[in-house]
Amino acid sequence: MNSSLLNYTLQLADNALIIGHRNSEWCGHGPILEQDIAISNIALDYIGQARNFYQYAAKLTGNGATEDSLAYLRDAIDYKNCLLTELPNGDWAQTTLRQFFFSTYQYFLYQQLQQSTDQQLAAIAEKAFKEVTYHLRWSSEWVIRLGDGTEESRGRMLHAIDELWSFTGELFEGDSYEQQAVNDGYGVVLQDIRNSWMKKVATVFEEATLPIPAGNIWMQSCGKKGIHTEHLGFILAEMQFLQRAYPGAEW
Amino acid sequence: MSNTEWPLWEVFIRSKQGLDHKHVGSLHAADAQMAIENARDVYTRRMEGVSIWVVESQYVHASNPAEAGALYDPANDKAYRHPTFYNLPDKVKHM
Repeated sequence: MNSSLLNYTLQLADNALIIGHRNSEWCGHGPILEQDIAISNIALDYIGQARNFYQYAAKLTGNGATEDSLAYLRDAIDYKNCLLTELPNGDWAQTTLRQFFFSTYQYFLYQQLQQSTDQQLAAIAEKAFKEVTYHLRWSSEWVIRLGDGTEESRGRMLHAIDELWSFTGELFEGDSYEQQAVNDGYGVVLQDIRNSWMKKVATVFEEATLPIPAGNIWMQSCGKKGIHTEHLGFILAEMQFLQRAYPGAEW
Repeated sequence: MSNTEWPLWEVFIRSKQGLDHKHVGSLHAADAQMAIENARDVYTRRMEGVSIWVVESQYVHASNPAEAGALYDPANDKAYRHPTFYNLPDKVKHM
């Protein structure tokens, strides 16, 4: 078994599952009915992407692994999602800014991944790319609307930037399995999409009249290695409780 | 209603090319662009549409229900206005 390919696929799956779970927490709590539906739609898009990647990862794992066993029976140390995806939602500004940062990343990631030499990854990326294109449009709108909005909304967006910026570096910091994926031709070169990411963020921030944090800022990392913030444990506790307490339960 | 409430918009969806836009409901949004995006999320989740129109509800002018009798009842006995006296070719669709 190619463990780099498995880890690479799991990371894609974990990112989608965890940010999808975070977004789903807004269901029933959105600021307005229409946006409640919008973010729930995005959450469901992510669960769909996660399923596709987990199904592939299960096949690579073998030994009776399934999409459910990978999602519900792995512990925090096994999860490879970026820290950005597991952070608490905060307010609407923080949620939409996180979505914007991550959607921009995924937009360029999936764009490249469609050219992957691994046909399964390329096919999933092609399907997900359209969804992510809309997520990017939706979240860009909110960053601009709030950043260039009232004093209150702008203040919240500035606060969100402070909270989240130091978690954006990890997106482009490849772990060893990602380097292996690049060497083997099926992975995306993160340095390339980092430049595209910076450009897109700069464009949207300019329209939103928001400042890009300057200087050499310390960046958090290690989520890809399985070293997470305390928040992931709480997500998994809630998400996995049923399968842990009643193994194999179905309904 | 609080004064911070977003305006109401009427939503029209074209279900496929060649058909006309049909009124499907209404929603709240801060401006036209958000109204279109909200409509996309609220009214096209199940592949209902290929095109969206939105119109701010305040710009829709309606007939007065109290005048319904004078406006619509006279059409009741004008059967000759219905195009039922023509044979429609089979090839014509959406009539």
